[in-house]
Amino acid sequence: MTADSHPGAQALRRDPTDGWLGGVCAGIALRYGVDRALVRLAFVVATTAGGLGVALYALGWLVIPAGPGAGRRRLPTGRGAVEVALGTGLLLLSVLLTFRALGIWFSDAIVWPLVLIASGGALIWRGSGSPATAPAQAEAPTAALLKKETEQPRREPGRTAAAISRTGIGIALVVAAGFAFLQATGALSAARDVLLAVIAVVVVLGVIFAPWVLRLVRSLTAERSERIRSQERAEVAAHLHDSVLQTLALVQRSDDPQEVAALARRQERELRAWLSGRPPAGQAARLAAALEAAAADVEERHGVPVEVVVVGDRNLDANAEAVVAATREAMTNAAKFGGGSPVDVYAESDDGQLHVFVRDRGPGFDPDALPADRRGVRESIVGRMRRHGGRAQITSSPASGTEVELELPARPDR
Amino acid sequence: MSSPRVLIVDDHQLFRSGVRSELERHLEITGEAGTVEQAVAAIAEDNPEVVLLDVHMPGGGGVEVIRLAAERELRPCYLALSVSDAAEDVIAVIRAGARGYVTKNIAPEELADAVRRVHDGDAVFSPRLAGFVLDAFAGPAPDPETELDALTPREREIIQHIARGYMYKEIALRLEISPKTVEAHVSSVLRKLQLSSRHELTRWAADRGLDR
Repeated sequence: MTADSHPGAQALRRDPTDGWLGGVCAGIALRYGVDRALVRLAFVVATTAGGLGVALYALGWLVIPAGPGAGRRRLPTGRGAVEVALGTGLLLLSVLLTFRALGIWFSDAIVWPLVLIASGGALIWRGSGSPATAPAQAEAPTAALLKKETEQPRREPGRTAAAISRTGIGIALVVAAGFAFLQATGALSAARDVLLAVIAVVVVLGVIFAPWVLRLVRSLTAERSERIRSQERAEVAAHLHDSVLQTLALVQRSDDPQEVAALARRQERELRAWLSGRPPAGQAARLAAALEAAAADVEERHGVPVEVVVVGDRNLDANAEAVVAATREAMTNAAKFGGGSPVDVYAESDDGQLHVFVRDRGPGFDPDALPADRRGVRESIVGRMRRHGGRAQITSSPASGTEVELELPARPDR
Repeated sequence: MSSPRVLIVDDHQLFRSGVRSELERHLEITGEAGTVEQAVAAIAEDNPEVVLLDVHMPGGGGVEVIRLAAERELRPCYLALSVSDAAEDVIAVIRAGARGYVTKNIAPEELADAVRRVHDGDAVFSPRLAGFVLDAFAGPAPDPETELDALTPREREIIQHIARGYMYKEIALRLEISPKTVEAHVSSVLRKLQLSSRHELTRWAADRGLDR
């Protein structure tokens, strides 16, 4: 209703982060620019006038949606909520009993229904608190909140069922409180007439306002999903702009076919990694990603396609990193001396054992006749593997090209 | 050598015409199809022997083509051809009945050769598919009773060689067996892949609604 009577004005929202209870006073103070203490005082004064303040506050808590930041205060759910209800009821009971002992106020006819109402009310309000924060979250345009949002519909059915039963118990308690009070004061028959009148009023109000409420709910949902969609679109667009469009621009300006092919391959790799949700090449902490990154790098430097197949995966420890480095060296050699043939890399990680094969179809060479100054093979591949408790074997022949086999046993013995 | 009649199924027109112009020198192309419906209709009408099948297409993809054609008792050989890297997509189309899977960056001559081999009844494994298979069959079989659920050491060795980039002929040479034996092993792996009840495969299939 507030939205209707103040079109264009800033909407009235509860402010649970600054509030003592539900943030109703804080919210009103914020909306109308009044001091919070004044609003609270007004409510307290209203309370002395036959409890009007309490009723108004409760109404405000229910009706006014929570403002941004509501998510920061975790609402107890599940068993916690039941404990809250019990606690609230018991606290109130003790306060009332104290009053009674002091001789001030109240007959039993009021005490017990009040306790029931407090317990039931706590159950209902706590239960309905969490969904109320949803629209508020949608207003914060940060990615983290967006993620939280999209995860919301995936709430387990069990929790929803718990919330419903909680609300049911709460309603039962409150209704019982009403009956107990009426019974005690003997006003049950009179209440029937009143009830009839109330039902009539509720029906009338419902008929008048239901379409408006429905429309509001629907437009809120539509707005929310539209916002999520546009944010996702913006994110995808940003990524494609930085990667694919950038590469396409480079391709248009290049007239070296080899460079174009290398650009295309690199872009393909990157896009695939992005699509499959793998971490980008720079921060590879797993074997498969590290090998892919090394292959992409070699491919880019030498313009030779490198095909990587990885079976199994493992974390990168110092030994695995050494294998990746040796593999990179082997790939570089294959790209340089393989006569432009594609390079096949196959890695298998099984029970801690690690096997890597790097193969080209080039002219081949005699590993034993390597000149002493060719440190690449001797040091970077064979020596490195030996230092890390593994071994390297090179098979080469003019007919079938060269294959480098790297092996790292499960427990390297030094 | 026989020259099989080939249908090209892919939802990208540019890719279809590219493959067509590359293959026409080696094989007889009966036609092209851009959608699942067109593909099934073309299979019924032109009766191709080999269907080059894109894994990813709107309306169910290659798996749906195989299923709908089988409903009409049409069973040509399928060779899956895709840019897809996703193991579940590839395994799904293999389990649906494709005789092999190659990636779209394959060289034209190799593609023509793969089509001929599929036509001759062989299975065609690219290194990537070999990797997927090794991944799917990794670890001990969930039920040791069923021999189907595990690869024999020899089969494993051969698939590993394919993953390492070796051709059938080279594998035969290295393992000192005949190329026909290599092909027999590879076909046996393909059959296990299609019939195995291993839970990874079953889960993949279930994800794609194939476990009927």
